[in-house]
Amino acid sequence: MDTIGLSLDTVWMLLAAMLVFWMQPGFALCEAGFTRSKNTANILMKNFVDFMFGSLLFFFFGFGFMFGADTLGGFIGLPNWGDLSFYKGDLPVEGFLIFETVFCATSATIVSGAMAERTKFSMYLVYSAVISLLIYPIEGHWTWGGGWLCNDAVDSFMMTTFGDTFHDFAGSAIVHSVGGVLALIGAIALGPRLGKYGKDGKSRAIPGHNLTMAALGVFILWLGWFGFNPGSQLAASGEVNRIAISHVFLTTNLAAAAGGLATMFITWLKYGKPSLSMTLNGILAGLVGITAGCDLVSPIGAVITGLICGTVLVFSIEFIDHSLHIDDPVGASSVHGVCGILGTLLTGLLSTSNGAFYGHGWGFFGAELFGILVIDLWAAACGFLLFYGIKKLHGLRVESIVEEDGLDIYEHGESCYN
Amino acid sequence: MKRIEAIIRKTKFEDVKEALLNSDIDWFEYHNVHGIGQSREERIYRGVQYSTDVIERVALTIVCRDQLVDPTVKVILRVAHTGEVGDGRIFVSDMIDTWSIRTGENGDTVLRDKK
Repeated sequence: MDTIGLSLDTVWMLLAAMLVFWMQPGFALCEAGFTRSKNTANILMKNFVDFMFGSLLFFFFGFGFMFGADTLGGFIGLPNWGDLSFYKGDLPVEGFLIFETVFCATSATIVSGAMAERTKFSMYLVYSAVISLLIYPIEGHWTWGGGWLCNDAVDSFMMTTFGDTFHDFAGSAIVHSVGGVLALIGAIALGPRLGKYGKDGKSRAIPGHNLTMAALGVFILWLGWFGFNPGSQLAASGEVNRIAISHVFLTTNLAAAAGGLATMFITWLKYGKPSLSMTLNGILAGLVGITAGCDLVSPIGAVITGLICGTVLVFSIEFIDHSLHIDDPVGASSVHGVCGILGTLLTGLLSTSNGAFYGHGWGFFGAELFGILVIDLWAAACGFLLFYGIKKLHGLRVESIVEEDGLDIYEHGESCYN
Repeated sequence: MKRIEAIIRKTKFEDVKEALLNSDIDWFEYHNVHGIGQSREERIYRGVQYSTDVIERVALTIVCRDQLVDPTVKVILRVAHTGEVGDGRIFVSDMIDTWSIRTGENGDTVLRDKK
């Protein structure tokens, strides 16, 4: 390829990496706004820790685990020990590392909201390190790292079984559903916040302290997604790429808008008033849902994806809260877990090139279903071992006095509002 | 010399403030207060219905000479009134003495209301 084309691709990838990095403050503000002011310093710290650990660990080990040569029968890549020279590609390896780092950190930072207001900070560090070091890079190796789920050789397992490989363009499954599943398991292991469920088992509202902050966070995430999805094309030069990234831009935006509107109207019908805090989740639900198939679905398919995700979200949040009594203060397990899974499956149905609804048979859907099962079972198993292991060995949750007075004072000695 | 305490709607504060300044009161204090009463406001947060019994009001504290008590109370009654439940209350109590810190002057002449 000509050097100008390669330069354009590199600049686009780095610009997209900046946008995806900008999703970190989006998550931070969103989570801080949905929780109480006595825990704001704590949740902001967690968001910084996710990115700091992610940056270092992914550079030293995770990048190799994810993109290194197959080892242990394709389970994991060879560790790189901070040496990037093994990677061979058109794009400069250092830029590509940064691009992959921000995706790893996105997956890591989803969990902090679900575990907000009651987790020991020191134990959160353990979780944050393990996801960036092992959980994410290993399932990432199976997929984007060229591993077995995405191996399109004629005699590969996926091709002989389903006639198609697992497809997750920007990470509905690989990034979001993994974060969402871990968030759910973490919230189960912790138990609900004090006062969340009454003696009669009824759910109580614990309103977040600043929805202005949460709303800004969601706008920032929406912007960040324009790097997350179109950037995953990893190229901008030439006829094919410039059309592809424009298409992904459009499908991403349509799904976000449709998701938010679906949630707004459903809360309006259900509760009599359109709910801001739920609509914010609905926008994210649409974005998470479209991420897997944003390159394959048509604009109409994107709207359908958004509408389905925004609708299911409301019922998922209610079910997890009211029926399962799992306390997820920000709705991370519904937004990222449920809608991540949903988006991956919808790709198998709505892909114009190989989806079931376009008359291409069920092979691709089977590949998507199998892929999401494998990835999320991996995340669930790791989450179970990790969170229940910590709980058994050291305790995952702060003492009740800390929880009542706020984690900011006891865990950090600083409060955000003085 | 009396102390008038009035608990009024937040939405009526600007009107009451103007009316008090126009009716010879030289100085008054106010603060935002939270009250708990028998009435409830229905709210929904993320699909969970709950009722809040916290009611936000503004409390005014006015110290004035005896002859100003009646007109001041009348002003508040008129301006802070909507007719709906929750308009608030006015309390009047005796004030024993007062000093001006700047001049050391003592007694109700310290209150520089105009009458």
